[in-house]
Amino acid sequence: MTWPSWNLLAQSALSGLFVGSLYGLIGLGLGLSWGLLRTINLAHFAFTFAAAYLCYQLSTQGGFDPLLTLLVIAPLFFVVGAALHWVMTRFEVSPFNSLLLTFGLTAIIEAGIQAIWSADFRRLESSYGQQKFKVGDLFVPVPELITLVMSAGLALALWAVLRHTDLGKSMRAAAQDAPIAAAFGVNQRALGLLLAGTCAALAGVAGVCLSLSFTLAPSQIYTWIGVVFATVMMGGLGTALGPLIAGVVIGVSEALTMAVTAPSWAPIVSFTLLIALLLLRPGKT
Amino acid sequence: MRRTAVVAILAGGALLAMLPLLRLPAFYESILYLALHWIVLATSWNILSGYSGYFSFGHGAFFGAGVYATAVLAGKFDWPFLATLPVAAAVATALGLALGAVVFRVRAVRGELFALLTLAVTFVLATIVLNTSIDGGPGVYLSAVPVPRIAPTQPGTFYLLALAAAVLALLAAYLVQHSKLGVGLFAIHDDEDAAEVMGVPTFRYKLAALAISCALAGLAGGVHAVFISYVTTGEVFSITVPLTVVLMSVLGGTRHWAGPAVGATVITALLYAFTKGDLALTGKATTGAVLIAAILFMPQGIVPRLLQRSPIPRRATARPNAVAAATSRAPAIATPSGAVLLRATGVAKSFAGVQALAGVDIEVRSGEILGLIGPNGSGKSTFINVVSGHYPTSAGSIEFDGREIAGLPAHRIARSGIARTYQIPRPFAHLSVRDNVAAAAMFGGAALSTARARIEAEHWLEFTGLAAKADVLPDALNLHQRKFLELARALASRPRLVLLDEVLCGLNPSEIDEAVGLIRRIRDAGSTVIFVEHVMRAVLALSDRIVVLNHGLLLAEGPAAQVLQRPDVMTAYLGTMHAARA
Repeated sequence: MTWPSWNLLAQSALSGLFVGSLYGLIGLGLGLSWGLLRTINLAHFAFTFAAAYLCYQLSTQGGFDPLLTLLVIAPLFFVVGAALHWVMTRFEVSPFNSLLLTFGLTAIIEAGIQAIWSADFRRLESSYGQQKFKVGDLFVPVPELITLVMSAGLALALWAVLRHTDLGKSMRAAAQDAPIAAAFGVNQRALGLLLAGTCAALAGVAGVCLSLSFTLAPSQIYTWIGVVFATVMMGGLGTALGPLIAGVVIGVSEALTMAVTAPSWAPIVSFTLLIALLLLRPGKT
Repeated sequence: MRRTAVVAILAGGALLAMLPLLRLPAFYESILYLALHWIVLATSWNILSGYSGYFSFGHGAFFGAGVYATAVLAGKFDWPFLATLPVAAAVATALGLALGAVVFRVRAVRGELFALLTLAVTFVLATIVLNTSIDGGPGVYLSAVPVPRIAPTQPGTFYLLALAAAVLALLAAYLVQHSKLGVGLFAIHDDEDAAEVMGVPTFRYKLAALAISCALAGLAGGVHAVFISYVTTGEVFSITVPLTVVLMSVLGGTRHWAGPAVGATVITALLYAFTKGDLALTGKATTGAVLIAAILFMPQGIVPRLLQRSPIPRRATARPNAVAAATSRAPAIATPSGAVLLRATGVAKSFAGVQALAGVDIEVRSGEILGLIGPNGSGKSTFINVVSGHYPTSAGSIEFDGREIAGLPAHRIARSGIARTYQIPRPFAHLSVRDNVAAAAMFGGAALSTARARIEAEHWLEFTGLAAKADVLPDALNLHQRKFLELARALASRPRLVLLDEVLCGLNPSEIDEAVGLIRRIRDAGSTVIFVEHVMRAVLALSDRIVVLNHGLLLAEGPAAQVLQRPDVMTAYLGTMHAARA
């Protein structure tokens, strides 16, 4: 094994930072829904990909700027997420069954994507696609930078909302003890719908970012599940900043592993981290 | 009952084994092979996950271990195909045991965390297989592996192998469900800590279930490797395997041995109904829709739902003769009255800096009723919790009948003849009232067989006045009845020492009188009793001797009437002012 140059390592770390911020962005909605709504939403990944394909369609066929599609995609997925949550509460689905139900939904969405866009790889050729600039010796690709900014911006914004507003405090209170929060006047139903909608809208944003820098295929939905779950677990359920930080840690360590060994060894990093974390963590969820 | 189901499984298997003689087109044999393959995988998953509630998403890892064991031995070392199958099962079992030995020791890894952890293990294993000479990247070709001619055709042979594995899996699932192991696993499913304190060796049981589950998954993997004749890590360790088996089991019903098999049959049939017309996509979407519909409208699964519709006539619920025979009984071993049964010396327990017990010496003599009182936070319940092994002690020694029990796992303390109740009742929510009590008789000091335990349970249900409620779930009981269920559970293990943690709290005066009478009768039947209580009327009426705790230390001990008059006891209880006024 040859040790790569410092420049290559730095470039790897940078690309790890970018991909890690996407892990964080996908994990943000997933973790909030898990931690605050007790819904383990596997369909979050399907939402992300559906949004990515929609963005692909709108910008390739409709000629819109990919970032402009967010104006349609985010509200659309907000409604989808809120509707899903409504069904879940209507039928009192347990956390574990929510995982199974959303797996079923994922299969349906995957089949839908494949029916419309086929199983072939699709790649969004946008005006951002090839743009990059140089900082010192390092190349900074623009689409990835957009992802990083979005991810960090949204995580910070949500953190501020959860931490400092009455709305956010009510949400955290309702997550800890719903009946007691309700007794103090928290409208849990409305909050749940709002939060579920927000999580799905975040999946929409993540999907747009995904389409900017990754090739799309229906089967790819499943390749993200493992690493994003690792991100969410490591970052902590129901926190806004946790997934971003954990995502970056995982992304960078994966990228460095790839640079030092072979790319096919990369998955071992995140999953070993996840296993170690689960086993050594003192408390409960 | 037991024999009929076993015979039915074997007879069904034998009948289906005739099928290759019909010379069906190979296509049908392959579909049937796949249905049986999924029956094995789903059933094996259910033995651990459905029964014990430890939902594993790592079934792909155990299945994959079997696939690659056969692939390497048959493909690279030219072993005969059939000889690789036991090895495939063994490799998967070894993997499962190694994993379980670590994971099952960590208390926090339950529920969805266990699911995630096992999923992560799958990906780690896949990466290792992919990057080492086990696979190395391009996959392993097995088309050259000779397949023995058990049936006239090759697909027929695979069909028979899968059929044999399915019969094995169903037998295992059935026998486990109806054995002590099964009852223990169901108890773990509902409340693992209470199960351990009741005497279920939770760690060993979880390992055993995992081992059986892995062995079957590995066997299925070994057969499947040669069936598909080309294995790659991407296919073998994909997330589809665990999700499909979970889907099948949940659809069919996870609390019944036949549930996963029914679910597997339905899903495979569904998928293949659509492949015929090249409608694979519709098939996938329909499967998803079926899953959603099942979760929303039949969260328990098909089999339990069907059984609910047409209830199987219960075997005679009341067995007067058996009850009479089991009625008056002394506890398993009676120690001569007056000898010290429990000796706690310097027992201390602290929680992250809070000293709940600060070195307490208590002796309990055989046959006495000892009242343990003290203000809130004085360490009474903690004392019960350390003696029963619910918490480990921080320091000190606890001798029971001359043997040190501090530091033993809770189930071994229970086995040695100590039973307890919880202040807030913790029944096993998915077991009937009778089964709750029977489980205690199986796992506590009495250690009865499953059949004898059910008879024993009838006795204690009668003793506590719950006989009419024997077949309902604990949810249907009121607080008073739930407290008595706790008592019945504690007594069914025929303990030599019963620890009662505020059994009277929350009961009305007439219920208290009833309970006081009951506790007396427990002692008269030969058990020693320690009870924690705030209801002073009951303390005075019942206790031979009381011990007062305050701030984790022993404040006073002696006959109740005397001790309660002591000024320091009154101060501790009522505060200085009230004590002075009295």
